[in-house]
Amino acid sequence: MSTASSPSRLGALLMTPVHFVMRLVDAPLRGLQKATGIGGMAAFFLAPNMLIFGIFVLLPLVINFVYSMTGGTAFFLSERQFVGADQYARLFTCGSYLDPMSCQEDAFWTAVGNTFWFVILQVALMIVTALITALILNRDLAARSFWRAVFFFPVLLSPVVVGLIWKWILQRQGLLNFILYEFGGTEPYTWLTDRNWTFAATIGVSIWAHMGFYALILLAGLQAIPKDLYEAAEMDGTRPARVFWRITLPLLAPNLLVVVVLALIRAVQIFDEVYVLTGGGPGTSTLYLTQYIYETGFASVLRNPGLAAAASILMGVVLVVLTLFQLGIGRKQENKGKR
Amino acid sequence: MGAAARFLLCRQGVNKGGRGWHWTDVVTWIWLVGGLIIMFGPAVWLAFSSFKTPAALAEFPPSILPYVTSQATVEGYDKPLQLYDAKMPDGSTRVLAEVRRIGLVSQMVDPQAPGEIVRVNMNDRTPVRTLSFATSNYTEPFVHFDFLRYLWNSVFVTVVATLITLVVNSMAAFALSKYEFRGRSAAMLIILATLMVPLSVIMVPLYSIISSLGLFNSLWGVILPTVATPTGVFILRQYMLTIPDELIDAARMDKASEWQIYWRIVLPLTAPALAVLAIFSVVWRWNDFLWPLIVLSRRELYTLQVGLSIYSGELNVQWHFILAMTVVTMIPVVLVFIFLQRFITTGIAGTGLK
Repeated sequence: MSTASSPSRLGALLMTPVHFVMRLVDAPLRGLQKATGIGGMAAFFLAPNMLIFGIFVLLPLVINFVYSMTGGTAFFLSERQFVGADQYARLFTCGSYLDPMSCQEDAFWTAVGNTFWFVILQVALMIVTALITALILNRDLAARSFWRAVFFFPVLLSPVVVGLIWKWILQRQGLLNFILYEFGGTEPYTWLTDRNWTFAATIGVSIWAHMGFYALILLAGLQAIPKDLYEAAEMDGTRPARVFWRITLPLLAPNLLVVVVLALIRAVQIFDEVYVLTGGGPGTSTLYLTQYIYETGFASVLRNPGLAAAASILMGVVLVVLTLFQLGIGRKQENKGKR
Repeated sequence: MGAAARFLLCRQGVNKGGRGWHWTDVVTWIWLVGGLIIMFGPAVWLAFSSFKTPAALAEFPPSILPYVTSQATVEGYDKPLQLYDAKMPDGSTRVLAEVRRIGLVSQMVDPQAPGEIVRVNMNDRTPVRTLSFATSNYTEPFVHFDFLRYLWNSVFVTVVATLITLVVNSMAAFALSKYEFRGRSAAMLIILATLMVPLSVIMVPLYSIISSLGLFNSLWGVILPTVATPTGVFILRQYMLTIPDELIDAARMDKASEWQIYWRIVLPLTAPALAVLAIFSVVWRWNDFLWPLIVLSRRELYTLQVGLSIYSGELNVQWHFILAMTVVTMIPVVLVFIFLQRFITTGIAGTGLK
C-alpha cells in the first residue's frame, strides 16, 4: 500500500496509538464474529456511533418536546410538573401583536426581532461580498491559492478569539479609533456602548469571520462552469457585464441558492462571537435567539428550562423549514440533471 | 512582465492582446490587497498589542509596536526618573531626566551630572521610548492564573474527542459502505438528518441527560456529545465506497477477521479522508464554546475558550493578559492554517460541509 503522500503519513501518525489498541481487541472480536456472523459484525461496527447519536442527539430531540410542556426550575424530568402548552402560551401572550414590548416575554420577542434583522442584513451583505470575492479569485490570478487562503483565514479562528479581536479593535484606544484619528482627526469613540453601532458591529464581525467559507463554495461553483461558454462569449465580443448576467449568474444560481440557505441556517443560530463581543448589550440591542435560550435555560437566576425548550423548538421549526427548502433545491437540481 | 509585476497585477501570463490595465484589474488589486489587510490586520494588531504593558495599552493614540518609556535612577533621587529627549536653546538635544514639572516648565537633570538643574519648556521635550516586549503578559497568566490548566483541558478535549471521532465515525462508515443489511439506508438517513439538529435547539434536554449521566462538570461531558459527527461519517463513507470490494473478499479468503479487514485494509486506505476529518475535528473541538460553557461551571475545568470569555467579561478586564492568552488560543489554529489549510479548503469545496 502506498502511503507516500503527506496526508497519509499524517493519518498514519495519528493512528499509531489506536493501532496498538486495535491489535489487542482482535482476539475477543474474532469470538464475537464466530458467534454472530458477518451481519452481526456490521451491527457491531455501527453500534458505538448510533449509541452516541441516540443518547446525545435523538433522545434530547424527543424529550425537548416533553420539556417544553413542563414547568419549574428543576432539570430532572421526574421533578418537573406537567403544564401543557402554558410555556408556548406565555411566549405568545402579548398586549398588542405589533409591539414586542407589550408581550409577557418581551425579551423573547426582542431577540426574535433582533435575530430577524441580523439574519436579513448579515446574509445579504455576506453573500454579495462572498460572490465578489469568488469572482475575483476565479480570475486569472498569480498565486491564486495564496489569495484564497487570505480570505479563508478568519474562518478557522474560534468565535471567542474573533469576538476578542474585534472587542479590542473597537475599544476606546483601539485600532479603529486610531485610524479615524490619524486620517480624519476624529475624537475616539466608544463604539460598543452605542446601540446602533453595536448592532452593525455584530453584523460586520460575523461577515468578517464567515465570508471566506461561502466564497470558497462559490469559487468551486464558478470553476465548474464550462470554459467554452466564456470563450464563445469572447468571440462574440460580449461585454463583461452581459457575460456576468447572462452566463455566470444563471449557471451559478443553484450554488448561490444553497449558499444562501446555508448562511441563513447559520445566521439564525448566531451566538458565540456576539456573546463575547457585546454580551447581548448594550441593553438588549444585540440579544439574539440562542443567547435568549441560553440565558432563560441556564444563566439567569429565575431560570426556566421549559420556556427555553419551547423557544428552542420554535427556532428548530424555522431551521427545519430552511433545511427542507435546501433539500428541495438539491432534489430539483438532480431532476434537472436527469432530464 | 517580471514575476514581481505579474504578482502586483495579480495576473498570470501576459495580457491578452497586449492590453494594459483594465478597470477590472484595478478593482481586483484593491479587493485583494484590501482583503489582505482586513483579514490579517486585526489578528496581527492583536498579536502586537499582546506584548504591550498595561500603561502602553491605555495610551491614545496607540503605537503599533510595544514601546515603553525609559527611566533612570539618578544619584540623589529616591525614585527612578523619567528620561526625555530635551531640545536645548542652542538647537542640540540632550537626554535628561525629569525631576519635577512646574506649570509649563520642566526641571531636569543630566543623569551623568545630577548636580545642575536644567529648565526646559515642556513642549520641547519628548519621552525616550524603547522597544520592549512585555513577556510577563504571557508568563503571568500561566503562573498566577489557571491558564495552564485551561490549556491542558483544551488539549485534552481536542485530542481525546478527535481520536474517538476518528474511531467511531470510521467504524460506522465502514459498516455503512461495506455491508449489506436491513435498515442501512435508514441509519444513513438518521445520521444525515442530525445535521439539521444544532446544539442551540437541543441544549436544554442535552444538559439534563449529561447531568443524569453524572457528566456535568466533567471534560467527558464536553467530549462525548460531540464525537459522533454526521459530517465525519459522511466524508469517510464517501471515501470508503471507492475502495474495491475485491480487496475485502480476498482478505476474507485468507481468513482475516472482519475487525482485521477494518483496521488493516480499509483504515490505511482511508488515511487521506481520515486526515481531513482529523484536521476538521481538531479545529472544531479546539474552537467549541457554547457547550463547554454550559457543562463546565468549575473554574479548574474551563477550556481556554471558556476561560477567555469569562475573564474578558469581568468588570475590570485585564486586557494585557487577555490579549496574550488570545494569542496562545490562536496558535494551534494558525499552525493548521499555515500547514494544513489546503486540505480543509479542498475538503469544503468538495463536500460543502464545515
